[in-house]
Amino acid sequence: MDLLGGINPAVLVASLMMASVPIIFAAIGELVVEKSGVLNLGVEGMMIIGAICGFAVAVETGSPVLGFVGGALGGATLSLIFALLTQFLMANQVATGLALTLFGLGLSSLIGQGYVGVKPPPVDRLDLGPLSDLPVLGTILFHHDLMVYLSIAAVVAVWAVMHHTRAGLVLRAVGENHDAAHALGYHVIRIRVLAILFGGAMAGLGGAYLSLIRVPQWTDGITSGAGWIALAIVVFAGWRPGRVLLGAYLFGGITVLQLNLQAAGARIPVQYLSMSPYLITILVLVIMSADRRRIASAPASLGRTFHASR
Amino acid sequence: MLMLEKRPSPSRFWNWATPVLAVVLTMLAGGLMFALLGKSPTEAIRTIFWDPLFGEFAWYFRGQLLVKAGPLILIAVGLSLGFRAGIWNIGAEGQYIMGAIFGAAAGLALYPADSRLIFPLMVVAGAFGGWLWAMIPAILRTRFRTNEILVSLLLVYVAQSILASMALGALRNPDGGGFPGSRNLSQWASSANPELIAGTGMHWGVVAAMAAVIAAHVLLQRHILGFHIRLAGQAPRAARFAGVSPGRLVLLCMGISGGLAGLAGMFEVTGPAGQIQIDFASGYGFTAIIVAFLGRLNPVGILLAGLLMALTYVGGDNAATNLGLPAASIQAFQGMLLFFLLALDLLSNYRIRLTRKEAA
Repeated sequence: MDLLGGINPAVLVASLMMASVPIIFAAIGELVVEKSGVLNLGVEGMMIIGAICGFAVAVETGSPVLGFVGGALGGATLSLIFALLTQFLMANQVATGLALTLFGLGLSSLIGQGYVGVKPPPVDRLDLGPLSDLPVLGTILFHHDLMVYLSIAAVVAVWAVMHHTRAGLVLRAVGENHDAAHALGYHVIRIRVLAILFGGAMAGLGGAYLSLIRVPQWTDGITSGAGWIALAIVVFAGWRPGRVLLGAYLFGGITVLQLNLQAAGARIPVQYLSMSPYLITILVLVIMSADRRRIASAPASLGRTFHASR
Repeated sequence: MLMLEKRPSPSRFWNWATPVLAVVLTMLAGGLMFALLGKSPTEAIRTIFWDPLFGEFAWYFRGQLLVKAGPLILIAVGLSLGFRAGIWNIGAEGQYIMGAIFGAAAGLALYPADSRLIFPLMVVAGAFGGWLWAMIPAILRTRFRTNEILVSLLLVYVAQSILASMALGALRNPDGGGFPGSRNLSQWASSANPELIAGTGMHWGVVAAMAAVIAAHVLLQRHILGFHIRLAGQAPRAARFAGVSPGRLVLLCMGISGGLAGLAGMFEVTGPAGQIQIDFASGYGFTAIIVAFLGRLNPVGILLAGLLMALTYVGGDNAATNLGLPAASIQAFQGMLLFFLLALDLLSNYRIRLTRKEAA
């Protein structure tokens, strides 16, 4: 394993699973939003609000669990602004999403002022007894905190609901053709608002994971583009939940690998390593969008405003 | 019951009234936010919006106003062309950084030569750097239909990494004792972008911003290309029938906005900022998005919006020193402004009717 400069592959896989958690949460939430026909570009803003809300709640209460709840609530609250503007006031979704990100970045550093340098309450890793002690497999699969498993469960749950329940069918109908769904008697706006709130809560959860476990600390701009990468992963996944997991692990892997290479003192300058996740995201986006079939799988009403004349 | 009725075309009155109303509402909501932070709302609003213009130290702040407004207007004018045509370049911050790096590199390559041609060369290099950086999402969009929003935004992070590596490596001042940062360009006569009229804050970047406003106004009102841009935004299908090539429009709009953002970065690095430094990027590229919308994507409107937004920057600094208000609160304030603006757009696109509920 000289190629990796003395990096233990089992530890690498384990840490890529951790590194992917924020992106998995944010991307699976955004997938539901986009499946309902809404393009919310404010993921970065909702994530960072989730990060600071989760951090603040966890520090004040001393409970990481309440912290995650607070992060989800924070993200959902911010997404409520998006829902209000785009669904009831019919504002442009692209512009509103950008506004959400700009506002979220500003507000988070405003709230976060008093929390710089504070240590959050530690989160225990699950002790799975003998399973955690297994060589290699134990390190990779059974040595994580609860949120790692929850992120995978969230992907499975979204997949199950989306493809095997009536609610999922209705959600997809609204996203494919909102006029037809409206004519069938479904409440387009209500369904979309719920989807937006879910997306906000998931993004907030992902953000809280960043500030509470992954870093764990509060710094301004802590998300550093994770929200945008999550948006790219939804496109990469072709709006399919299973592929979101694949995409997130791919990017988590690149992030971890470049961090490890930095630590191992590779001869490539640090700045070039740290830009690699963004460059590879762009590369993958290009490959995916060059494939016509994949782009055709986007929800047909994505980004279009719905206004019932009757 | 309240009913919304779509107007056949946006109301001209509301189109201009909404920005004003949005500013007023933002002040009210901002006052509330400051009150929550435990500051007196009236004092905060006065410190941000009144004192920089008419207060005791206005002589200093008025100069800062143009320094901040210049890059904002320059970038926003470029962005507005694309936004009108439905082309979303939101990576102006990255193009701004690359413009500064290219401009500075062109100048520093000739250091310490003494020639009047160096500054114009740097201007060209800066615009080229921004243009080049914007061409990446533009070509990917036209060639592979890749979403230009995501690519241009992700490239901002790449540009920031390049900036850091330049400040620490290739462009570092060899006489700087190993500290990060390039030579000071504003202190080298051949590359300096000085204040043209003392006390006004007017530098070549502000001149370029004014020129861009006039050029964009003429382009949109009098030139066929401006007509095509507006047509492509309002009726893409009609534009296609009229022979407008969407790909060419993407390349043009992205190219213009990238070039202008690059120019803004170049004028900033040779003037107010002075050197390539790790923390050179200051978010102008993102704030310019708000400026473009606040100015209704109209060049003259952008001029006014840029001045107003510069005022919030200058006033925000003032409030930070005098009231201990966190610098980030201004960012939240600016975001709020965009929210109100987008919400109030409803009034220009829809008519609100009071109707009685009909019997089913």
